[in-house]
Amino acid sequence: MTGLPLISAAAEVDSGDTAWMLAATALVIMMTPALGLFYAGLVRAKSTLNTFMMCLAALAVATVAWAAIGYSIAFDGDGSIIGGLGHAFMNDVTFLPRDGTTIPHLVFFAFQASFCIVTVALVSGAVVERMRFGAFLVFAGLWSVLVYAVLAHWAFGGGWLQANGTLDFAGGIPVEMGSGFSALAAALVVGARRDYGRQALLPHNAVYVLLGAGLLWFGWFGFNGGSGFSTGNAGVLAFTNTLLAPACTLVVWFVLDLIRGRHVTAIGAATAVIVGCVGITPAGGFVSPGWAMALGALAALPSYAIIVWRPRTRVDETLDVLAAHGIAGFTGILFIGFFAQKSWNDVGDGLLYGDAGQLGWQALAAIAAPLYAFGMTFALLKLIGLVMPLRASLREEAVGMDVTQHGEEAYATGEGALLIKPDSDAELPVANPV
Amino acid sequence: VKLVIAIVRPEKVNDVLEALYNAEVRGFSITRVQGHGGELDRVETYRGTTVKMGLEDKLRYEIAVSDEFVEPTIEALCEGARTGEVGDGKIFVLPLERAVRIRTGESDHDAVTPVGA
Repeated sequence: MTGLPLISAAAEVDSGDTAWMLAATALVIMMTPALGLFYAGLVRAKSTLNTFMMCLAALAVATVAWAAIGYSIAFDGDGSIIGGLGHAFMNDVTFLPRDGTTIPHLVFFAFQASFCIVTVALVSGAVVERMRFGAFLVFAGLWSVLVYAVLAHWAFGGGWLQANGTLDFAGGIPVEMGSGFSALAAALVVGARRDYGRQALLPHNAVYVLLGAGLLWFGWFGFNGGSGFSTGNAGVLAFTNTLLAPACTLVVWFVLDLIRGRHVTAIGAATAVIVGCVGITPAGGFVSPGWAMALGALAALPSYAIIVWRPRTRVDETLDVLAAHGIAGFTGILFIGFFAQKSWNDVGDGLLYGDAGQLGWQALAAIAAPLYAFGMTFALLKLIGLVMPLRASLREEAVGMDVTQHGEEAYATGEGALLIKPDSDAELPVANPV
Repeated sequence: VKLVIAIVRPEKVNDVLEALYNAEVRGFSITRVQGHGGELDRVETYRGTTVKMGLEDKLRYEIAVSDEFVEPTIEALCEGARTGEVGDGKIFVLPLERAVRIRTGESDHDAVTPVGA
């Protein structure tokens, strides 16, 4: 008799579940460049590349940090605040199924990594057009461990919220509230753009914004649909709810736009898609399709209000991560406490179906996660600011972040560009001299 | 009547507009131009290709003003466009043979004086 009973107690890898989770992971990975497109369209032309590069930076830095330590902090052991170091440097992450799932641990790791990456990229929306790229790289690596991994442990990895029964299907706590309230802190520490409040700073390409939002919605079917880690009922419910909720958000947003400005706006619609997807993220596998539609409609209201109000303040939380993610995630987390339905999710009921206690745990998560995200991000950026400047100089900001941070332009014409021969020290122009 | 032409940095456009407005200079047009004014060349790299950008984006203001407005206009342009670095731009003042307001057919001084001034 060896360890056989132990082995047979573990679930086996299911090929169907694994196939879907591989595809879902790839869908979520695509959300990060999609977010880059969405964000790049919302900034001025001279900051297009820098904005996109912050999202690509998340794919670089957050992935490395996740493999090194973030995953372990989030998903090793069941400590109440943080996990252990048992999976540091992907130790013991193998072909064997992850506990409680029927997919290989490697796939589970990659799927969770894609969440960490996109969340780091989301936070960049608060500091575009003025944060130094180098400082952002440092911030991205540290934030993914100190904020994202900790919140992911609370919600998904056996931490205190999950252990007490808080329900979060696909990341309302670590991804949406985590990014949204961190974004507010980041905007406060880094400070507003020099022209903020003095000039109209307009989106330079609305088509990028629409295309980015569309690709994000597409990716979100993997994000929510994959969060059941199987092809079972929860994932299927979340998948369909990811279609229904944002559609309702769009309809309500159209009406709000009509009332406010007598036009239905394209950038407003792109924003509504995000808000709807965010709202249904925590609730996707827990509420009925009917309640998902109600949630989509409801989520539009607070986020719309914040988006209208925020630019009147002095807080240059540039791309409204707080409104679109923090507030919509907050709405979704609380919504579960009222409308979760055991007959649909096999897990628990909300207040309306007889369990008032669920609402309490949802409310606690909706207070604790924003406080932690805001406080930790604020402190982290203050500390980084002691070591290196967080901001580009006013001059660099005025000329544009693409040229000053990357030495490239998004819309280079080549007019007046003189070739520098790579193999000569002398800078002899080979094109026509000016 | 003079024609004032000013070449300024594009990122200073709003400061210049504000300064002109405060100087009560109300009529002008602007064009995007490219040029070179002795500033250090910018080097950019696209994959294996490294280039020296010989031309910088600039904005060109054209402002027709009556003689007594020439000095206030120049002062406003300098105030709005100056950063102190090489590449802030130039102002050229040219004699203007004739100016006509199309709507009324007014000439010269009347044509370049804003309505209601």
